[in-house]
Amino acid sequence: MTGSALNKSAHGVPWETADALPHTAEGGGARVDHIVVLGLVPAGARVLDIGCGDGSLLALLRDRRGIDGRGIELSRDGVNACLARGLSVIQGDADTDLANYPDDAFDVVVLSQTIQATRNPRIVLEHLLRIGRQVIISFPNFGHWRVRTELALRGRMPVTEIMPDAWWETPNIHHCTIRDFVGLCRLIGARIETAAALDARGRPMRFSMPWWVWNLFGAQGVFLLRREPE
Amino acid sequence: MDSQPDTALRPDPIDEPARRASEPSQALDPKSPVMRFGLDEPLLTDAGVELAPFQIAYQTAGTLNAARSNAVLICHALTGDQHFAHTHPVTGKPGWWETLVGPGKPVDTDRYFVVCSNVIGSCMGSTGPASIDPATGRPYGLNFPLVTIRDMVRAQAMLLERLGIRDLFLCIGGSMGGMQVLQWAALYPERVFAAMPIATGARHSAQNIAFHEVGRQAIMADPAWADGRYLEEGTRPSKGLGVARMGAHITYLSEPALHRKFGRRFQGGSAPTFSFNADFQIESYLRHQGLSFVERFDANAYLYLTRAMDYFDLAEDHGGVLANAFRGTKTRFCVISFTSDWLFPTADSRVIVHALNAAAAPVAFVEVETDKGHDAFLLDEPAMFSAARGFIDAAARARGL
Repeated sequence: MTGSALNKSAHGVPWETADALPHTAEGGGARVDHIVVLGLVPAGARVLDIGCGDGSLLALLRDRRGIDGRGIELSRDGVNACLARGLSVIQGDADTDLANYPDDAFDVVVLSQTIQATRNPRIVLEHLLRIGRQVIISFPNFGHWRVRTELALRGRMPVTEIMPDAWWETPNIHHCTIRDFVGLCRLIGARIETAAALDARGRPMRFSMPWWVWNLFGAQGVFLLRREPE
Repeated sequence: MDSQPDTALRPDPIDEPARRASEPSQALDPKSPVMRFGLDEPLLTDAGVELAPFQIAYQTAGTLNAARSNAVLICHALTGDQHFAHTHPVTGKPGWWETLVGPGKPVDTDRYFVVCSNVIGSCMGSTGPASIDPATGRPYGLNFPLVTIRDMVRAQAMLLERLGIRDLFLCIGGSMGGMQVLQWAALYPERVFAAMPIATGARHSAQNIAFHEVGRQAIMADPAWADGRYLEEGTRPSKGLGVARMGAHITYLSEPALHRKFGRRFQGGSAPTFSFNADFQIESYLRHQGLSFVERFDANAYLYLTRAMDYFDLAEDHGGVLANAFRGTKTRFCVISFTSDWLFPTADSRVIVHALNAAAAPVAFVEVETDKGHDAFLLDEPAMFSAARGFIDAAARARGL
């Protein structure tokens, strides 16, 4: 994977769709990163959202795309919130529960801001590619300039909006940069269909930029993956 | 048990309770409606027996709507009965699931028509070993055919058809009741809109079969059991049944709950009596549990129903693959387990959830944090109630109720 490939894919339709969505219309006040996902999920798809929280993304996808959604969530409060929305969500976690899903069980598998908190990101990602025909994955970019600044100038582990916990209480045990993630995709044979960096406010970065710019200025990376055909 | 005089060293006996006038009448003449099935409507059991005639005792609450789309079936546990929201005719206690079921409760009797029937093989009015065998005019005893969870479900389906109910909006139950819920969803998938199996498993584990066997042996070791003919002999295997209940009751609780409730505290004092009296509060409590149980339950029914649970293995019925039991199902599931339940641990529920996932069924799963053990499903567990309310309300919206 080269920087130019990343940039090229960033001009795909989803990001323009996401960008064009006014918060008051289709998004209905939804989180910007959720609207980005909305732009990537086809209507009527079977979707698994791992770490689905209170189910707001699944509910958005169900209401706007008519998807058949499922979720996995660690917290009981989150699961209860999902139940009240009529969503089928199981209490569990990505490290232990994915192995039990059959191959190609879903059209799209979504893992938002969670892979850095798993015990074994590589195995989790391999399961995602096995279970879903497409994988949408987002994660905080540890290569962001603010992170680098904290480390380089202050010599401290960074605490940012997207990574709000101190080092001794953060669930994020496997941080990576956008470039690191691209390396893992290459290692396990994941094809990057589209990718983008979102700025600190969760908006896709608009302009075509070389990948090192994304790795420096993207607060989070969002990738649409598919497993390479055998 | 023996004729030795009481001494200080002799254990407190589990006394045969005074036989209550109401006790035998519940098996033969229950204080609830009864549906009778004649010789032309036999129950075809898994053991290959055509049971006829037979009867099913049941209770209802709420009103069936015009579309007949709001029926809820509650499946009771091993020693439960149909009196889910009605005063128990023997113990006088409130309905066993009034925590969950009633006006404004998660299973809202203002909105749903709720049915609960005594399972076939039990002793609260549905045909079982304490019922009279029409062929002999005497109690069935061990001549009653072995029944399975699936037989219970078939009998429930026959009852519901008589009540004019084809589809269930919701099928819900805990423990053995949860087994019935799973069996309902597997046997009649198109007739169950939503299913809530709680604190249960898709099969009975070796450990659970072992506990049941200890209970059965306790009953059968009681000379008063009389090879199962105690009703004819005019005796009661109360000691055996009481011990069976004491052992089983431990499995319904948890060490933390026992510790919190009783610890090592002494009963009526602060020092040991150096005897086999019930020194510890936990001993006294278990003896009380044994005693009160034999007042309301038939020993042979206990043998039959524990056996039905032992035989339950839904995967085995479907080629060894549990997911096959749910293939193509449209039923929406909500599976609930409890952290301190070691009789049906969360792992058992996860097996169900994974099979439902493999079958692409809509499934929700909640593990409730509690130290109350298996019996938590019968108790005041707000986390279970909120999960149940969320699931049931959403299912009702989806069904247009």
